[in-house]
Amino acid sequence: MADNLLSLMTFFPLLGMLLILVIPRDNGSLLKSATLVVTLITFVLSLPLAFDDVFTVSGGMHYREFHEWISIGNFFQMNYNVGVDGISLWLVMLTTFIMPIAVLSTWNAVDKNIKGFMALLLLLETGMLGAFISLDLFLFYIFWELMLIPMYFLIGIWGGKNRIYAAVKFFIYTAVGSLLMLVAIIFVYYYAVQSGAPINGFGIQEFYRLAIPSGAQYWLFLAFGFSFAIKVPMFPLHTWLPDAHTEAPTAGSVILAAVLLKMGTYGYVRFAMPLFPDALQTFIPLLAFLSVVGIVYGSLVAMMQEDVKKLVAYSSVAHLGFVMLGIFAMNMQGLAGGMIQMINHGISTGALLLIVGFIYERRHTRLISEFGGLAHKMPIFATIFLIITFSSIGLPGTNGFVGEFLALMGAFESGLRWYAVVATTGVIFAAVYMLWMYQRVMFGKMTNPANENLKDLSAREIVLMVPLLVFVFWIGVYPNTFFEKMNPAMEQLLNQMESKVAVVEQVEQPVVAQMVEYK
Amino acid sequence: MYSNLWLIPFFPLVGSIINGLFGKKIKNEKVIGGIATIAIFLSFLVSCQNFFRLLGDTEKVHQQILGSWMSIGILNVEWGFLLDPLSALMIMVVTGVGSLIHLYSIGYMHGETGFYRFFSYLNLFCFSMLMLVLGNNALVMFIGWEGVGLCSYLLIGYYFEKKSAGDAAKKAFVVNRIGDFGFLCGLFTLFWALGSKGVWTLNFVEISENAHLLQSGGLLVTVVTLCFFLGATGKSAQIPLYTWLPDAMEGPTPVSALIHAATMVTAGIYMIARMNILFAMSPTTMMVIAFVGAATALFAASIGFAQNDIKRVLAYSTVSQLGFMFMAMGVGAFTAGIFHLMTHAFFKACLFLGSGSVIHGMHHAYHHAHLHDDPQDMRNMGGLRKFMPITWITYLLSCLAIAGMPFFAGFFSKDEILWWTFASTRGSYLVWIIGTIAACMTAFYMFRSLYMTFHGEQRTDVRAKDHIPESPWVITLPLIILAGLATIAGFIGIPHAIDVAHVGNGIASFLDPVFGQAQQLHNIGIPEDLAHNVGLEIGLMCMSVVIGLIGIGGAYYMYMKKQELPAKFTGAFPGLHKAVFNKWYIDELYDFLFVNPCKKIGTFLWKGFDVCVVDGVVNGIGWVVKGLASGLRYTQSGFLHNYAMIMVVGVVVIVGYYIFG
Repeated sequence: MADNLLSLMTFFPLLGMLLILVIPRDNGSLLKSATLVVTLITFVLSLPLAFDDVFTVSGGMHYREFHEWISIGNFFQMNYNVGVDGISLWLVMLTTFIMPIAVLSTWNAVDKNIKGFMALLLLLETGMLGAFISLDLFLFYIFWELMLIPMYFLIGIWGGKNRIYAAVKFFIYTAVGSLLMLVAIIFVYYYAVQSGAPINGFGIQEFYRLAIPSGAQYWLFLAFGFSFAIKVPMFPLHTWLPDAHTEAPTAGSVILAAVLLKMGTYGYVRFAMPLFPDALQTFIPLLAFLSVVGIVYGSLVAMMQEDVKKLVAYSSVAHLGFVMLGIFAMNMQGLAGGMIQMINHGISTGALLLIVGFIYERRHTRLISEFGGLAHKMPIFATIFLIITFSSIGLPGTNGFVGEFLALMGAFESGLRWYAVVATTGVIFAAVYMLWMYQRVMFGKMTNPANENLKDLSAREIVLMVPLLVFVFWIGVYPNTFFEKMNPAMEQLLNQMESKVAVVEQVEQPVVAQMVEYK
Repeated sequence: MYSNLWLIPFFPLVGSIINGLFGKKIKNEKVIGGIATIAIFLSFLVSCQNFFRLLGDTEKVHQQILGSWMSIGILNVEWGFLLDPLSALMIMVVTGVGSLIHLYSIGYMHGETGFYRFFSYLNLFCFSMLMLVLGNNALVMFIGWEGVGLCSYLLIGYYFEKKSAGDAAKKAFVVNRIGDFGFLCGLFTLFWALGSKGVWTLNFVEISENAHLLQSGGLLVTVVTLCFFLGATGKSAQIPLYTWLPDAMEGPTPVSALIHAATMVTAGIYMIARMNILFAMSPTTMMVIAFVGAATALFAASIGFAQNDIKRVLAYSTVSQLGFMFMAMGVGAFTAGIFHLMTHAFFKACLFLGSGSVIHGMHHAYHHAHLHDDPQDMRNMGGLRKFMPITWITYLLSCLAIAGMPFFAGFFSKDEILWWTFASTRGSYLVWIIGTIAACMTAFYMFRSLYMTFHGEQRTDVRAKDHIPESPWVITLPLIILAGLATIAGFIGIPHAIDVAHVGNGIASFLDPVFGQAQQLHNIGIPEDLAHNVGLEIGLMCMSVVIGLIGIGGAYYMYMKKQELPAKFTGAFPGLHKAVFNKWYIDELYDFLFVNPCKKIGTFLWKGFDVCVVDGVVNGIGWVVKGLASGLRYTQSGFLHNYAMIMVVGVVVIVGYYIFG
């Protein structure tokens, strides 16, 4: 079974989708339960990965599967080429972990065309898992697109008032990015074919070894980077996110925040950076600058939001700024901070969106001004909300701190010192916008009569929050569980990029020398 | 041998979890309060054991490592504790005073709906504070550092239905976070600075051992220490970040005593003392600290003059006393600073709890008479000593201690600080003069509060007048113990000049292993000629007693003898009084300078940049595409004759081209 564990895990939701399709469309509870069971089984299927010690000793790809898939003579060859390493491992786990929670959150929230909704969720899961395990660029592209389509429909059909606008915006943004990436992927492939280097379809491990000239690297990096930056989203390409978040149904926005945004950051780590390390060196100052702007900008804008969900969306922009800054530090602390912050963001922001969902289901509004004094009526809710709030603020002892601290420290130890100093102001702003929001929603006297009869969390709602709370503290207190499996892979990545920069420099040296001579 | 250190923070953590999870079901106040109090008292016992073991030990630095927290590449942070004389003294103060305040709270919080919540937070606070004190590296300290901030947030916002409480809680956390920004920057810089010399560490012991690798007096060490000092100003309420502390009085009074007088606010002092070697290396930073401390001491004392809320007087007094401790740190009198930290913990906790006892009594009386007057306003008090004799006596003793009257605890510690500001190699006459003036003002406003509360005519509403009870024993017992300590604790630090019995300065020799090295290396101390000038030291001592007496006398004259004087004075200088009463409008200034601009920028970026510029471009692209499409749409009209027409035109054009071309 271990031979094709990844495929089993990835395509199980797709299989589940077929099952969903045969269930009668009016049997809502069966549809929901079946989906829940499918996602739970997927989670169980992925569990052996999390417990496998092979990741602590080797930074390479494991659980490899390889099949030739489509070949058109010598002209085009793509393979089914998958595997996980310590970097993708936790993102895979995050995906399988968050899915059952997202499904459980729809219990009372979705009543329109449940069948379609559940089928799309499962399709989405396959797309996401596939993208994380792909080791073939073309395969990655297929999964990447596969993941966008269900999301588009989830927003467009089950969204709020402005759903069409939000869905179209989401689509335009990501489609532009995807197309650029597709062009770049094809370019890399043909460059590799022409250069005569040994390749294996679109296999990235072979592409890593290519010595692409710096000039070409810049354009390719721009194409990849632009596409991923949209997904992250990095300032100033972030404006689709607040709209998509506000309009998407709770389950959709949880998955969007927890997993989909990570495609962008993961894309940098897995593709854009190691494939084009020279270009990366050139663009680091710009990217770090945009990350820092994102942190400050996202925080300031979040502060003024009137809609809780929009506030969370803008806080995501800020949090992902920390992720990006950490990654661009290009050292172990920064990368580890960025990676763990991806997981943290999935947990904390996922939880925040669930929380927003809870009050939305009760009151059908998300305007902060509609609330106030809820703590008195809903003590359990208040407690959980508070813990998540502080996790999002990055209180030491919770997950948020570990990620932010390491990302900032990494950036500080690298050449990005001043960027890190400015980014550190983010810890102040985070406290401002989160606590101000919390105060206005939970504290004070209850002035709005519509809130008088609010019920505290139900058992189901508590059940879906508890696993998230566990990880808030687990990562906060003992993050080594995660780091020990990440470290070898990160080390390998950094070494590989360093040595590659050296190789390209060597290749180019004679050219430069010639030019100097010519002068 | 010191393997049970972990128990010290562990007990309150367990207490907090038990009350937090099950307190609501337990309901019984005695059980809830009992669990919490026993938890912290057990910590106190373990602290005592370790403290006395350390007293008799020749090896003064001990670490206990529980395990790894984060380990990535060169960074390896451990969950570890550090016991040395400094942390040993601190845990005694925290758990000792903490136990008394827990006991007191059982009486004070009686009947509150959130009783269990309160005790859960209080225990959690003690846990955080103990982590802060015991942490063997800067990051574990930071857990405690932020943890006390969290608990402070929770406890200030305890009455969360009051808007002012929610505002104050948020303000406390945010202002503290500004300090934390400094702490983190300092931490990063230090880690990198030592790392570039080959030592990647956050461990305090290793930092101390390797501090010499950095250039003494260099820019780097100044930057590091200034960053850390910014952190200290946040936590310890110094200029410019002191504004949160007076507002923090929204919390229940025992909280004010525990957090905002005895423990949390001293964290900044403790942190500087913990890294004294680094601070000693930067005379610039030390000077900044001394002057900021002096300025805060004076400034806060001036505000204390005009406040009528008994707790606010104490709050400003705390800010001012913390200023004294920073003065001490700044002139290199680390021992004196920690000594004052300890004595201040005793007398200020006693004062706060005393004020709580008064408020408790006033509240009771008003409740009895169905009145809604402010039980904290001193203008409604007066003459309470006959109703609350124990509270009165303990308050009086603590006032004498804070005013620095001979042989009370404050006398020894404050004089030691003033002596160092005068005589130390890092001292400054200006700081000494400011300190002396602030000491005089302290005596004045503290006795003003004493007279207004306990002496003179009773100004309470007639209907409530005779229903003010003395508080029950759980409240008065802690008062008595703390007042006793405020009276005698000074004798552990008898200065050399008046040490007639030759018992020696106990606290100085106890803390010497922590501070001695830095003081020796960087020539910090009292110069030889002054150290033996007993006459000068005693002279200065007498002078500061006289200064204190002047303050007390002034208060007596204005608030007992000629009670019309304060009103006359306010009438003569209405502007000045208004400015002082409104705390020099600093909050308003900060709102104007920082808060409002931030909000405006936020709104602008959102509605101006996001919605107009970025979305404008995106939607613009959308419009262009849509426009093109709708233009082209007309070509696809669906009418056959149109297509036919176009075809004909096309054919004509092509044929014409071939014929004529």
